[in-house]
Amino acid sequence: MGDAGEVSTETLTSGPELRAFLHGLPGVDQVGADERAARLATRSIKTSAKAQAIDLAISMVDLTTLEGADTPGKVRALCAKGAHPDPSDPGVPKVAAICVYPDMVATAAEALAGTGIGIASVATAFPSGRAPMEAKLADTAMAVADGATEIDMVIDRGAFLAGDYLKVHEEIVAVKQACGDAHLKVIFETGELVTYDNVRRASWLAMRAGADFIKTSTGKVAPAATLPVTLVMLEAVRDYREQTGRMVGVKPAGGIRTTKDAVKYLVLVNETAGPDWLTPQWFRLGASSLLNDLLMQRRKLSTGVYSGPDYFTLD
Amino acid sequence: MSDRLSVRKTYKLFIGGAFPRSESGRSYVVNDGKGRFLANASQASRKDVRDAVGAARKAFGGWSGRTAYNRGQILYRVAEMLEGRRAQFVDELHATGLAKPAASDEVDRAVDRWVWYAGWADKVGAVAGSANPVSGPFFNFSTPEPTGVVGVVAPDSPLLGLVSVVAPVIATGNTAVVVASEPAPLAAITLAEVLATSDLPGGVVNLLTGRRAELAPWLASHMDVNAIDLAGVAAEDVRELEVAAAENLKRVLPPGISDWSAEPGTARLTAFLETKTVWHPVGV
Repeated sequence: MGDAGEVSTETLTSGPELRAFLHGLPGVDQVGADERAARLATRSIKTSAKAQAIDLAISMVDLTTLEGADTPGKVRALCAKGAHPDPSDPGVPKVAAICVYPDMVATAAEALAGTGIGIASVATAFPSGRAPMEAKLADTAMAVADGATEIDMVIDRGAFLAGDYLKVHEEIVAVKQACGDAHLKVIFETGELVTYDNVRRASWLAMRAGADFIKTSTGKVAPAATLPVTLVMLEAVRDYREQTGRMVGVKPAGGIRTTKDAVKYLVLVNETAGPDWLTPQWFRLGASSLLNDLLMQRRKLSTGVYSGPDYFTLD
Repeated sequence: MSDRLSVRKTYKLFIGGAFPRSESGRSYVVNDGKGRFLANASQASRKDVRDAVGAARKAFGGWSGRTAYNRGQILYRVAEMLEGRRAQFVDELHATGLAKPAASDEVDRAVDRWVWYAGWADKVGAVAGSANPVSGPFFNFSTPEPTGVVGVVAPDSPLLGLVSVVAPVIATGNTAVVVASEPAPLAAITLAEVLATSDLPGGVVNLLTGRRAELAPWLASHMDVNAIDLAGVAAEDVRELEVAAAENLKRVLPPGISDWSAEPGTARLTAFLETKTVWHPVGV
């Protein structure tokens, strides 16, 4: 599965060329991908390996709040939680980033100053991506100006599904430019891309357009992140590095709620892309309720008794 | 003469309204009163305890939020279903070693016990609560509220004992994780089938079969369990479980009853209640 060894990776500038390249990618064996992901999900990770996996997963979490009802107070509370996930245990690592809407970036930046935690902002008319190009770029530029260190953009799924790959490509390039020094994560919303072939095409399209990270979903559409979709994306980043030498990160987001789920993703990363990706720099988990489950499992390992949700903050 | 193959029941656990096998895949042999093989029962593990507590916690909000009257109706419905399965329960108790008339008598008592607790559901608030006279322009009410998730280690009386410890816990709005009798767990699983078919929301009662010594400590130490009934625990094991339960200040009901046919009184009903007192200004 999954090598695009024969195709050229030099810059393609015209629509037909890009189209020919993306449709020249080998197809994804859907049954094979499902089967492989399911097989890897049966790995048993216990005791000290589990403790390591939990700490690694906590350090990879992009702690997210993307609700219409977000208030500055809620964002500040989330930032405090990200910096000290379990106040009773200083050994718990901090999360990788806090992910908020653009208008909350300034609040988050203030609350996170000096912690070393990234400030991720969704942009480009998240979650639908249905807005004029100027609005999307302004959205991005303002989030960056307010202090965002990472931008999570959504692609124009309408254009992608209609086959207008050049438009999607140019949009990513333009947003990447507007990002400046901020890292760019490109969200595909794989639940709307329908096939694994499309996921593979979108991955290559985004990586070639300059994405620093590719991300499965917004979390607003079901199905959100699934193991097979993440597998296809991990294969893409692996193959892309083989060809170009550039590493691209992966971020599954949405629907990852339990420690067990998170550990399955870590196994998938290790077995597909390789251990190089097993750091918060190259792999993230977009989640909100996952963190509490990780903390509960962590406490179960350290105290030997099952914990309950009463002993952790609500978010 | 009949050459029909026998269709035997697989005895599984009851968690969150479903009948899963033990996560561990284990089972243990259950024998009848004479030591002959009766069936294999699931041998639950600590992870089944964890799952059951999760299911009970999830069900607590809905169950405790129903009106006491509605809970009473549902419990009465359980009694109706129990009555409909009389013959099955009599056979099951007979198989554990009870004579037919004694088994029949035991089932009668169990059904009556359940009806009795069903009747208490909407009365316990009036009996255990009060309108308190206070000097000042206030109404002052004390109302009993359910404690939360209650762990129950059921006694060895396979049906009457089980009913006598489960019904009072859920009648007042708690949800329960029950460890069934270790030597006689089969009637408990049949009771679970009754509960699953009588409008009781999934997760209100979760039944585990297996080794008491293995499961009880996990239940006693679980930080999300609010109370524990040690009815079926041997005297020498009580202390250790009480110590484990102290970590999050669980309410603990120690064992003490051996004759389950005696009048139960309201002690078990009120054991898992907490009193909330509310002041309300008069004339507003």
